[in-house]
Amino acid sequence: MSLTGLSAHELGGLLDKRELSSRELTAAHLERIQTIDDQIKAYMTVTGELALRQADETDKKWARGEQLSPLAGIPMALKDNMCTRGVKTTCSSKMLENFIPPYDATVTEKMFSAGAVLLGKCNMDEFAMGSSTENSGYFTTRNPHDLAAVPGGSSGGSAAAVAAGEAVFTLGSDTGGSIRLPAAFCGVVGLKPTYGSVSRYGLIAYASSLDQIGPMTRDMTDCALVLNAIAGHDPKDSTSAPAEAKDYTKYLVNDVKGMKIGLPKEYFSTGMDPQISALLQQAVKKLEELGAICEEVSLPHTMYALPAYYIIAPAEASSNLARYDGVQYGLRVKGEDIVSMYCETRSQGFGEEVKRRIMLGTYALSSGYYDAYYLKALKIRTLVKQDFDNVFAKYDCLLTPTSPTVAFNRGEKADDPLTMYLSDVCTIPVNLAGIPALSLPFGQVGARPVGLQLIGKAFAEGTLLRVGYTLEQNTNLTKPIPVIKGGSQQ
Amino acid sequence: MSSKYETVIGLEIHAELKTATKIFCSCPNEFGGEPNTNVCPICLGLPGVMPVFNKKVLEFAVKAGLALDCEIAPFSKFDRKNYYYPDLPKNYQVSQYDLPICKGGSVEVEIDGEIRKIGITRVHMEEDAGKLIHGGATISSSQYSLVDLNRTGVPLIEIVSEPDMRSAEEARAYMEKVKAILEYLEVSDVKMEQGSLRCDANISLRLVGTEKLGTKAEIKNMNSFRSLQRAIEYEVERQTEILDEGGRIIQETRTWDEEKGETFSMRNKEEAHDYRYLPEPDLVPIIVDPQWVQALKDALPELPDARRERLIGKMGLSAYDAGIITGNRALAEYFDHVTARFNEPKTVANWLMGELLRLINAAGMEINENKISPEQFAALLQAQTEGKLSGKMAKTVFEEMFATGKDPAEIIKEKGLAQISDEGALGGIIEKIIAANPRSVEDFKAGKDKAIGFLVGQIMKETKGQANPGLVNKLLLEKLNG
Repeated sequence: MSLTGLSAHELGGLLDKRELSSRELTAAHLERIQTIDDQIKAYMTVTGELALRQADETDKKWARGEQLSPLAGIPMALKDNMCTRGVKTTCSSKMLENFIPPYDATVTEKMFSAGAVLLGKCNMDEFAMGSSTENSGYFTTRNPHDLAAVPGGSSGGSAAAVAAGEAVFTLGSDTGGSIRLPAAFCGVVGLKPTYGSVSRYGLIAYASSLDQIGPMTRDMTDCALVLNAIAGHDPKDSTSAPAEAKDYTKYLVNDVKGMKIGLPKEYFSTGMDPQISALLQQAVKKLEELGAICEEVSLPHTMYALPAYYIIAPAEASSNLARYDGVQYGLRVKGEDIVSMYCETRSQGFGEEVKRRIMLGTYALSSGYYDAYYLKALKIRTLVKQDFDNVFAKYDCLLTPTSPTVAFNRGEKADDPLTMYLSDVCTIPVNLAGIPALSLPFGQVGARPVGLQLIGKAFAEGTLLRVGYTLEQNTNLTKPIPVIKGGSQQ
Repeated sequence: MSSKYETVIGLEIHAELKTATKIFCSCPNEFGGEPNTNVCPICLGLPGVMPVFNKKVLEFAVKAGLALDCEIAPFSKFDRKNYYYPDLPKNYQVSQYDLPICKGGSVEVEIDGEIRKIGITRVHMEEDAGKLIHGGATISSSQYSLVDLNRTGVPLIEIVSEPDMRSAEEARAYMEKVKAILEYLEVSDVKMEQGSLRCDANISLRLVGTEKLGTKAEIKNMNSFRSLQRAIEYEVERQTEILDEGGRIIQETRTWDEEKGETFSMRNKEEAHDYRYLPEPDLVPIIVDPQWVQALKDALPELPDARRERLIGKMGLSAYDAGIITGNRALAEYFDHVTARFNEPKTVANWLMGELLRLINAAGMEINENKISPEQFAALLQAQTEGKLSGKMAKTVFEEMFATGKDPAEIIKEKGLAQISDEGALGGIIEKIIAANPRSVEDFKAGKDKAIGFLVGQIMKETKGQANPGLVNKLLLEKLNG
């Protein structure tokens, strides 16, 4: 039996019964990485020694008869923008090539408390800016289902690792779709929780009012288990919601009878791949068969969400990335004076997309332009949120495609930033409103997976888990597509 | 001095708040220490960190605002002020831009017997930056600069005045008043020499009788009250000369050079810097409970002005004396404690200003560090009043008390300093001196009044200065006159 490609809850069962040790499981994953990561390139850093040590620790606890959490001994990976003490954290940028944080992010601490095993740090678009992982300062990750395709971004490495069996689950971060888009492109489950549910302390910031960390898993049950481990109030994060901790596995119920599901017409545009459209119709039909009521709804300000995002996020980023200046940590390029040191360091340390967004953001915040751009974008944000509030008064959740297309070819959109930005058209409004959304695999077009997005109101992750779980239990289209050996599907 | 121009001065005062920990992290809020030892990931601005607001900072800022007669904003927020400088690790400072915690207050200052009200535009909270130490005398002559981030994250309040001051004296008086108020509240150490109190001045001139403000220059680097006054006086002269010659004032930032006694343009600083303010997305807005504010207001200590009124009105001190005593909260409270036990305010005031302050300043210590308790002080004054101690002896005892902290009674006993007021004992000594100095007695009887001084001197010598002088005079005259 192959130990890679199973879900955490399946493995947890085996570990609990001691039919398997964490060391065996971890070693199997390290071997998998060794075998295929040259082709997939999901990992920036592999922490083999640490992983085995952690696995051994967990095995010892089991030997002592201790009760352990559902994720104990399970090998996972973290997107490389989450700080790990003593382990290089680069945000896939030359700027942080040798940055070793002296502290752990809160989610890192939580993963370790749960007994999870760290296999390594995953590749991403530089500083989380991108939709294809082609903006990584180092190399581009390949889509395990089709090596010519991009894995999506910015959590491309995290998604590919799960799809290729190089990790049982990973954590990604989502600012405009960066968990959901790669999850869709790689055929895995990805959840962006409600803003404030998961601590951002230790997440290297891109856009502070939009960033959230979330699970990337093989199925809905794992998603609930990981969410249990990472959600919760954190006093170190002042934007952390005071909500009580929940057990999300309670929502894994196979029943959607009487639920009202909205289909926002603005998301089913003509630019959508007709095969994706067909798959979504299948999903709708299945839900109706199971007793849900699906109706068309409207979110009228949807078309303004993308431009508003591409002002707000870069504006916040221009401030968040100001600290990368060569003075204290990270890359330093010497200059004859402080200004030239700043300029050389930032010119060489940052890639093109990062520079582009810093410039956009700086411009939008400049005196004379602030009102016309940033302030206006904030007002649009309020309108986008109000659209959602209005529909959630009557509907339990919304269903949309995660992306109008499947994964595109590497290089296809890399030279056209605006076209690249359009990949996020279905995912961005969710971040502006701070609400939760999940992408679950639903079939494929050719070799390339399709993702179906479920959107809920604030703190309604449970609803999304329920609908997702129901679909998972009632159709094969949500099953993870096996990725064998060299990474391409057989 | 040309009086065709009116001087218009506004001051921006920064005070470090003395909370136990920094504004956004739990590093101790302490002065000094080896460079870069009083830091943590948060105040270092490491990737991924987030601020957590220290609520004590809000309390101190609100207290300051209330004492400065400001309105406390029910809703305010933090904003990022973006600019690049190596002493600012995040290259933005978390401050408050358009919704500060306090607005619209005022302070009264007295100049030449006249009371003037100086308006306060706003008070806001912000974090301090670190310190730079340059390898050479100036930045441009240095091969390197050293960055010490101990001070990043220290909480500050910035107090911005209206451009209401009209002279260097007024500006100084305003600064001194604000300092006294903050000191009374115990929200800041307000020591200019340690940097816990700083100020920048905005100075412009306009023709007397006109309303329109002239172009202002901002002056920085005034590190004492005296510097503030000198710098403003210099700047007024400089601007007057330019205007008299028909020139124009450039709006710029200038630095005060203490040695040269001049201000110099800081030309390499960008003027009208665009800080690209945006609301701080990592912190939630500050919503203040009006009841909490009222409770703080009710609990404010008696402030300098009110105290001064009380000392003049109820205790009969002169304005000058009251001013000195209330200039420092510790001294004012010490005064109150002593007068509570020895109810002669003027005597207490004279002793504090004449004797205690003299010894304290010489020793370079704080009022509260002195060894004499208010009870002991009162006891000393009591002993003097009761005639147990002569004035001169009292001063000697006082100095001993200051050095050792012992009770006056103990010292008097130990050193045998009790004043001789026993008529019998004195009488005998006086007769002895009279007998031993017939010539002086002759001189006195012949009308030379000065001879009595010699005799008194001899009596004092005989009694080692402990004779009660008033009694000596009385008895001596009695005996001499028959």
